[in-house]
Amino acid sequence: MLVSTKWLAEYVNTQGLDPKELGEKITRSGIEVDAVIDRSHGMTNVVVGYVKECVKHPEADKLNICQVDVGEETTQIICGAPNVAEGQKVIVARPGAVLPGGMKIKKAKLRGEESNGMICSLQELGIEGRLVPKAYAEGIYVLPETATVGESALPLLGLDDTVLELGLTPNRSDALSMLGVAYEVGAILSEDMKYPEAGYTESNEKATDYLSLRVDAMSENPMYVAKVVKNVQISESPLWLQHRLMAAGVRPHNNVVDITNYVLMEYGQPLHAFDYDRLATKEIVVRLANEGEKIVTLDDQERTLKSNHLVITNGKEPVALAGVMGGANSEVHDGTTTVVIESAYFASGTVRQTSKDHSLRSDASARFEKGVDPNRVIAAAERAASLLAELAGGEVLAGSVIVDELDKEPVEVVVSPDFINNRLGMKISLEEMTSILTRLKFDFEAANGFLYIKAPTRRQDIKIEEDIVEEIARMYGYDEIPMTLPVGESIPGGLTSYQAKRRQVRAYLEGAGLYQAITYSLTSKEMSQKFALETAPVTELLMPMSEERSTLRQSLIPHLLDAVTYNTARQAESVALYEVGSVFLGETESGLPHEQEHLAAVIAGKWVDHSWQGERKAVDFFVLKGVVEGLMELLGLSKELTFERAIVDGLHPGRTASIKLAGEEIGLIGQLHPSEQKTRDLKDTYVVELNLAKVLNKEVEVLYHEPVSKFPSISRDIALVVDSEKEAGELQAIIQLSGGRLLKGVHLFDLYEGEKMEPGKKSVAFSLTYFDPERTLTDEEVVNAHNKVLKALAEQAGAELRG
Amino acid sequence: MEAQLQQLKEEALQKIEASQNVKELNDVRVAYLGKKGPITDLLKGMGKLPAEERPKMGALVNLVREEVTEVLEARMTLLQEQAIQEQLEKESIDVTLPGRPVKTGNHHPLTRVVEEIEDLFISMGYEIAEGPEVEKDYYNFEALNLPKGHPARDMQDSFYISEDILLRTHTSPVQARTMEAKQGKPIKIICPGKVYRRDNDDATHSHQFTQIEGLVIGENIRMSDLKGTLSVFAKKMFGEDREIRLRPSFFPFTEPSVEMDISCFKCGGSGCNVCKKTGWIEILGAGMVHPNVLEMAGYDSKKLSGFAFGMGPERIAMLKYGVEDIRHFYTNDVRFLSQFHRTEV
Ligand SMILES: [Zn+2]
Repeated sequence: MLVSTKWLAEYVNTQGLDPKELGEKITRSGIEVDAVIDRSHGMTNVVVGYVKECVKHPEADKLNICQVDVGEETTQIICGAPNVAEGQKVIVARPGAVLPGGMKIKKAKLRGEESNGMICSLQELGIEGRLVPKAYAEGIYVLPETATVGESALPLLGLDDTVLELGLTPNRSDALSMLGVAYEVGAILSEDMKYPEAGYTESNEKATDYLSLRVDAMSENPMYVAKVVKNVQISESPLWLQHRLMAAGVRPHNNVVDITNYVLMEYGQPLHAFDYDRLATKEIVVRLANEGEKIVTLDDQERTLKSNHLVITNGKEPVALAGVMGGANSEVHDGTTTVVIESAYFASGTVRQTSKDHSLRSDASARFEKGVDPNRVIAAAERAASLLAELAGGEVLAGSVIVDELDKEPVEVVVSPDFINNRLGMKISLEEMTSILTRLKFDFEAANGFLYIKAPTRRQDIKIEEDIVEEIARMYGYDEIPMTLPVGESIPGGLTSYQAKRRQVRAYLEGAGLYQAITYSLTSKEMSQKFALETAPVTELLMPMSEERSTLRQSLIPHLLDAVTYNTARQAESVALYEVGSVFLGETESGLPHEQEHLAAVIAGKWVDHSWQGERKAVDFFVLKGVVEGLMELLGLSKELTFERAIVDGLHPGRTASIKLAGEEIGLIGQLHPSEQKTRDLKDTYVVELNLAKVLNKEVEVLYHEPVSKFPSISRDIALVVDSEKEAGELQAIIQLSGGRLLKGVHLFDLYEGEKMEPGKKSVAFSLTYFDPERTLTDEEVVNAHNKVLKALAEQAGAELRG
Repeated sequence: MEAQLQQLKEEALQKIEASQNVKELNDVRVAYLGKKGPITDLLKGMGKLPAEERPKMGALVNLVREEVTEVLEARMTLLQEQAIQEQLEKESIDVTLPGRPVKTGNHHPLTRVVEEIEDLFISMGYEIAEGPEVEKDYYNFEALNLPKGHPARDMQDSFYISEDILLRTHTSPVQARTMEAKQGKPIKIICPGKVYRRDNDDATHSHQFTQIEGLVIGENIRMSDLKGTLSVFAKKMFGEDREIRLRPSFFPFTEPSVEMDISCFKCGGSGCNVCKKTGWIEILGAGMVHPNVLEMAGYDSKKLSGFAFGMGPERIAMLKYGVEDIRHFYTNDVRFLSQFHRTEV
């Protein structure tokens, strides 16, 4: 809502406040003023001129040489506008003027001819092109003959004004009108209202003689008022009305249309003007549209209607889309003499539906959607009739044509001052409260320790006690509320075990060298299931904004890989990222997808880079595996952790494993498939993804320390020759199973595959630790246990002891 | 014999002086003072002397022995020190060479902000509540006093999955779910999480972003409690000398509703580019829980009241760290992420 402060001052005394100051007061008490716009943009030297003579420039077809009387003198100005002509009163920017675009007006020569200023269009004075009346949209603006030559043109155009731009929240639709804003300002400044005047001499003829009315959809249209005005002369509106409309962001058309828009801005009540003769039937019938029925609206669009759209008809065919836009067939035009002014109450739901279905939002629909004041329907119609009489020479027929079943009773709210004070934590006296209600111009009574308040119908947001709490608080001032902290039963705060563990996981991974990434949950359908740990239906948006963000992800890896590509393309030598986030799988009973928290990490490039001491190492599978093993150790799960060779689409078939806890699959790890690396323009990149929820929810044993033994342990190393395909994990498992209770540790410390080995063989060396916490082991015991291990290895894995 | 002794002494002292390192000096010690050395030999040879000369001679030999030992020890100390010195010199390194890097990552800046806020409220007795990112229309809107067709739904254009399911547009549904679960009992929670709105990504909009909300419900919770709580928050997050101010606003789930500004932490209130010359920066929205919201979750709005507040970690991070484009948070450029390494407590 754009509020001209000059216009506003017609309804309420703004106490000569500077618009900035006024704006600040309005903001602090409830309606945010987004901008304070000086319409003059600081312009000076812009005056009314009279074009005494206008001839073509001899050297340039499109230029005119004008002799312009600017009051003090007659001066020559070159003008390129097609519509400049002798005898016009025009706007002249004299040398020294600075126009809103920053243009400085100087004396100049144009193709050899002197030019002492510029004849201006409204656009050049900072008025948006869409607001300039059509007649002047392509050229200079022509002032009425009554304009006084030599005087400043700014007051004439309403540019000596400041506009407040209100950022209205949906509850404050009352401020979608000048009167509404005036009430608000009146409450803030403790000022009374001055209401607009409506007064005209009624014709002897009655409106009802000209027009009959029927409403067939009372719940969608509980009130309809029509006034009939004849002998109207269509012309331009007076300048003051035009510039007020432009200040409010409305383009002037002709006096009839402008008056309906003016009253709309003044009262917040949308009006529509029909050409009575073009209605042709002397009848208005309001009804729901027939399915498939058509109407051509004022914007020359043909619209096909549905049965829940409300239409105004002439009894035969639609002449307007109720509350949204008029029809072209009944539009007021230059030859119109009799007009029907419609002022109605259309239910918000029906207007919203119609406006949404036709993607048609207008000043009218915006107000109906939020709900207009039932008690302004008649007043607005009368105001419009009065202006038509005054400004268009109209003769207003007696009475109105009315259908009215609208409830106009105010809502009563009963609230105690104690309730208000308890809610706020304050001690505002009853006197102060009643003074605020008086300033707000609410009807109320204070009795028996309660306030009985009749909320004015213009304030549709006031319904319950809490609404009164807010009114009192905002007018009293939020600055006055003291600062306390909640008292009462204190609940111990804190993280859940899951949340605490998740924080430790983050800290661990960051300690291990990974940066936390956050990527988008929405991805393309194609990517959504890539690297997913389980197969499940995807969750798709009904109306995605793009294919790239159409489906919820089932794995965190694809977007992390995008981040690696992004960083690599920007010369990052190494990238190590992790993310904790949800994936979305299938559907649960409630209809929502199953949301599972996952952890994923990607690494690429160098892992160790300390080159001057010769330590450099590229990332590999075991770097990432080590990170996972360390994580499981942190979480007390390492005993249950195993890795099994796996095939995953998109990963290197020889360098991928599934990660299991106690045999249950909880994740995958591997190198990105070389062809995948190539498409993504990546070098060797390793990825891991874990079902974090499952990992963190695993039961773990209570931490209980084992006494540090005073007895020594005994180590035995063995080097084995086995077939190259033999996995170390299998050998380790054999050792662990056959080692008996004294075997406390197995540690792989060497691996050799190469020329010194027989083809197809490799050597693997383990260090085995034997230990009894109760005593020192004898050599014999160790040898016995060790021999069992060697035997098992030979039998089960064909392992030979390496000489 | 005396002369022999003197000569031995001179010789020994000379050799001590000539010794250049510990080993040489030790050789001198063994050569002159050892069991097979000439001084020992002299002592052994004393038997041949007349008995009356023996004590005198013995004393003399001991004197020489002591003298030599003393000089030798002194020389020994010196040489040992020299040896240590040499070793130290040899072991000397260029301490300005770079250390072996301990490579660590760090929190994403949004997580950093969220955890800071979480910890602050945990210290005031709050719990952290989380909920699904894909929500039912009921929890996202209806339970929050936003029935179907409510004009304020337009404020939050949403990604729908079906008619009744959507990506949550705020973390408030977690509040609604928590209230439902707590069945009328007092609540003190903080709800952080990802939220989604139908926006084109640009410098100030992101279709995915983060929110953190708080909810307190109890007996006689007042607006002053909200103001006090928010003041604690503002001082902790933005500096001890921050002031706050509340401005009336509108949210369907609170009544009254306010927006909170803090005095500009950059200019202190005199006006700068961060606060757009106003001296104040808008930080969050808040209000007293709307009775409809309480009633819908089964709370008796006559007996219990509450407050709620919500803010965007992106905005806070942008203000705190001077990040000018919201997309930086989702690009995961390591050059950006790695700037949030150091602590700031
Ligand atoms: Zn500032």
